[in-house]
Amino acid sequence: MRNVVYALLPIAAYAVYTFGLSALLLLITALIACLLTEHLLNHWIGKESPLGDWSITITALLYGLTLPPHLPLWMVFVGGVIAVALGKFIFGGLGYNVFNPALVGRAFIQAAFPVAITTWMAPFLPDRFSHIPSSTLTLPFLKPVYDITSGATPLSLMKFEHRATDTYSLLMGMTSGSTGETSALLIALGGLYLISRKMMNWRIPLALLGTVYLISTVLHWSNPDIYPTGLFMLFSGGLMLGAVFMATDMVASPITPLGATVYGIIIGIMIYVIRVWGGLPEGVMYAILFGNAVSPHIDNLIRPRVYGTGKQWSKS
Amino acid sequence: MAESRIRPDVTQTIGNDMLFDLLKKNPTFRHGIHPPQFKEDTRDKPIRHFPFAPVMIVPLAQHIGKPSVPVVSEGQEVTRGQLLARADGFVSVPMHAPASGVIKKIGRVPSISGKMVPGIFLEPFPGSSQEVLEGKPVKVESATPEEIIAAIQNAGIVGLGGAAFPTHVKLKIPEGKHADTLIINGAECEPYLTTDHRVMLEQAPDIIMGVRYLLKATGAARAVIGIESNKPDAAENLRKHLPPDLPLSVQVAEVKYPQGAEKMLITAILGREVPSGGLPIDVHAVVVNVATTAEIGRLLPHGRGIQERVITITGPGIRKKGNYWIPIGTPLRYILEQAGAEEDINRVFMGGPMMGTAVSSLDIPVTKGTSGIVAFRDEEARKKDQKIYPCIHCGACVDACPLFLNPSRLGILAKFKEYHTMASDYNLMDCFECGSCTYVCPSHIPLVQYFRMSKLVLRNEKAKAPHV
Repeated sequence: MRNVVYALLPIAAYAVYTFGLSALLLLITALIACLLTEHLLNHWIGKESPLGDWSITITALLYGLTLPPHLPLWMVFVGGVIAVALGKFIFGGLGYNVFNPALVGRAFIQAAFPVAITTWMAPFLPDRFSHIPSSTLTLPFLKPVYDITSGATPLSLMKFEHRATDTYSLLMGMTSGSTGETSALLIALGGLYLISRKMMNWRIPLALLGTVYLISTVLHWSNPDIYPTGLFMLFSGGLMLGAVFMATDMVASPITPLGATVYGIIIGIMIYVIRVWGGLPEGVMYAILFGNAVSPHIDNLIRPRVYGTGKQWSKS
Repeated sequence: MAESRIRPDVTQTIGNDMLFDLLKKNPTFRHGIHPPQFKEDTRDKPIRHFPFAPVMIVPLAQHIGKPSVPVVSEGQEVTRGQLLARADGFVSVPMHAPASGVIKKIGRVPSISGKMVPGIFLEPFPGSSQEVLEGKPVKVESATPEEIIAAIQNAGIVGLGGAAFPTHVKLKIPEGKHADTLIINGAECEPYLTTDHRVMLEQAPDIIMGVRYLLKATGAARAVIGIESNKPDAAENLRKHLPPDLPLSVQVAEVKYPQGAEKMLITAILGREVPSGGLPIDVHAVVVNVATTAEIGRLLPHGRGIQERVITITGPGIRKKGNYWIPIGTPLRYILEQAGAEEDINRVFMGGPMMGTAVSSLDIPVTKGTSGIVAFRDEEARKKDQKIYPCIHCGACVDACPLFLNPSRLGILAKFKEYHTMASDYNLMDCFECGSCTYVCPSHIPLVQYFRMSKLVLRNEKAKAPHV
C-alpha cells in the first residue's frame, strides 16, 4: 500500500506548488484528522493501531486532494474525522468498508458546507507562499471570509459560461480546482506507476475513462455547440483523480476482471450524466459512491466461468 | 503447508498474467503463479544410491484405496522385491520388500497424517548383495491391454508424482469412453524438486519403454511428454531418444505453477478442460507421471515389484543435497542423518513446499508417493509468522486460481462456516488445493488451509449422513 502513497506524493507536491501554503496546511490537517481518528477509534475498541498498514494515509491524502485548497481547516478536520469514523470504522475497518472513505468525508463536506466546497481559488497566485488565505484560518463553526482572487474550475466555466479550457492547461494543471485534481498528467503517471507494479486493476480506469471519452466524443460530433469534446471531459475536474485513485479502491470495487470493467463503465456513464445533464458541474464523487454501492451486487451477478464448466466442458 | 515460506517479499499482485501469456509461444494454462524455483542446488546432481536403513517401515496403505493385506509372517526371511502384502481389490496395490531381510513385526507404524497405520517392520540383512527378485516378465509385444494393466497393479505402481493414486485404475478405460492422448507428466512445477528432471535425463530408455506399455494398455493413438521450459536439457534428451516407430512427441510448456496438476497439463497441451467433477478420460486424456512411466518401463520386462524410488533431498537445512534412489520404507530420520541435515532444522516437508505436507514426526517412512524431502531451518521459519490482515478484495487470488474460482469469497464464507454455500455456489469441491491463492495473498490469509478444512467438514458430514 505504501506504493500508492508514493504515487500520490508528486501530485501532493505539485498541489502545494500550485496553491501554496493553504494546500500544504490542508493536507497536513487532513492527515492529522484521519490518522488520529483511526488510531483513537482502534485504541478505544482495544485493537492494535492499524496505521502501519498505510491504508489510512492513502485515505487522508486522497481526501485532502479532493478539497478546494483554501477550505477552512476546521471543515477539513471535521470531514477527515467523518471519513474515517463513518466511512471505514463503523463498517469494521480495513477490508470491510462499502464506500471509499475519502469520498464519504468529501460527501459530508459537500452536504454540510455546500458553498465553501464550491468556492475555488486561482492557481499560481504570486503571494501563495507568503500569505495564508483568511478562509483557511477561519475559526471553527464560523463562515469563511475570502480575501484572495477566486477562480472558476474548467467544468463550471463550461457549464455556466460555456467556455472550454484548452487541453494543455488541463494536462499541466494550470487551472483552478480541487487541491490535487488539476494536473491530469501527474495523476495519469501515478496510475501508470501503480499499474506497472501490478498494484492497480487497470481495467477500472480504462473502462471508466474510455466510457466518458466515448460518450462525449459521440455527442460532441452530434452537436459541438452543446457538448464538450472528449479530451476536455477526460482531463477536466476530478475525473482523472477519481478514475485512477478513487474508483480503484480495492475494497469497494468488484474483484473479478469482468466485474471491474462493468463497474468502470457504470461510473463513467454516471459521471457524464451528472456533469452534462445534471445540476452540478462535477459528478465524479457521487458516481463513484454509486459504483461502490453496486459493487457487491456486481460481484454476485458477474462470476467468472469456473474451469471445466459451461456448455463445452460440462460433464455429460 | 507453508506456502508463505517461499513467498518473495510481500507484494500485491494485481492484474492478469494472461495478457503476457498470450505473447509467449509455449503453451500453458490460464492464471497460476510463478514462485521461485530453487531447483539449482539439485538439478545437476545425478541420481545416487542410498544405503539401507537398519530398520525399514512399510505401511500397507501408501496409496489411495484399500490397504494391502500381508502375506508374510513375523520372523520370515524375505528377498528384495518379494511380495509382502497383496492388493485388496481393484483400487489397491501390493507391497514388495524394499530389501532382503527379516520381518520383525507386523503391526502399526507411524504415518504422515499423525495416525498409527497398519504396516510391516523389516530388518535388512547387513552386507547382503541385495539382488532384486525376478518375476514373470510381461512383454509389451505379446501382452494384451488387460495383462499390462494387471502387471502394473502387480508391480505395486502408484502415481509417483505425489498423489499415489494406483496407476492401473487410471489406465482401465471405463465402458463407453476412449482415450486419444496419453500425456506423460514431466512438468514438475513444484519448487525445489528435481526428481522428474533427473529421471528424464538419466532414464529416457525406461520412459520410452513405459510409454509403449501405456499406449498399449489405454489404446491411445498418441503420447505427449509435457515438460516445462526450465528443463530444456530434459526435453532435448528425450527428443534424442524418440524412436521413429512410436507416436510420441515432446511438448515444452511455459514455466508456471501448478502446471504439473493433471487438469492444468491437459489444458496446456490439449486445450481441453476436464469437466467440473469429471476425470481426464472425459476429455479423452490419460495423464501419467514421467517417473511412474519410467518405473513401468523398468519393472514390467522383469516382472518385478517397485521397491525403491527417486527422491530429491534438498532445502536450506540439508548439507548433501541431491537426488537419490531411496528404498521405500526408509525412515525419514535415517535419511536426514545420511544427507547431513543441519542441527537446527525445524520444518521438513514431504513433497514440495507448495503441495507437500509438513511432517510432525521424523519416525515416519518415505512412501511410494514421496517425491521430495525439503528441510528448512530457523531463519526461514521466522518469515512464516506474518500477521494476517483482513481481505482487501485486491483480486490477486482470483487472478491466480487456475480453476477460476473466487478464493476471496470462499475465504469469507469459510470464516462464517458457510460450507454448503461454498460447495453449492462457489465450486469448493473443484479446488485441488494447489495453494496459489495463499501464495499471492498480500494479507497472508491462509486460504488453502481454510478450504482444506471446509472440504473435510463437508466430507465428514456426508460420511455421517444416513444412506438413503
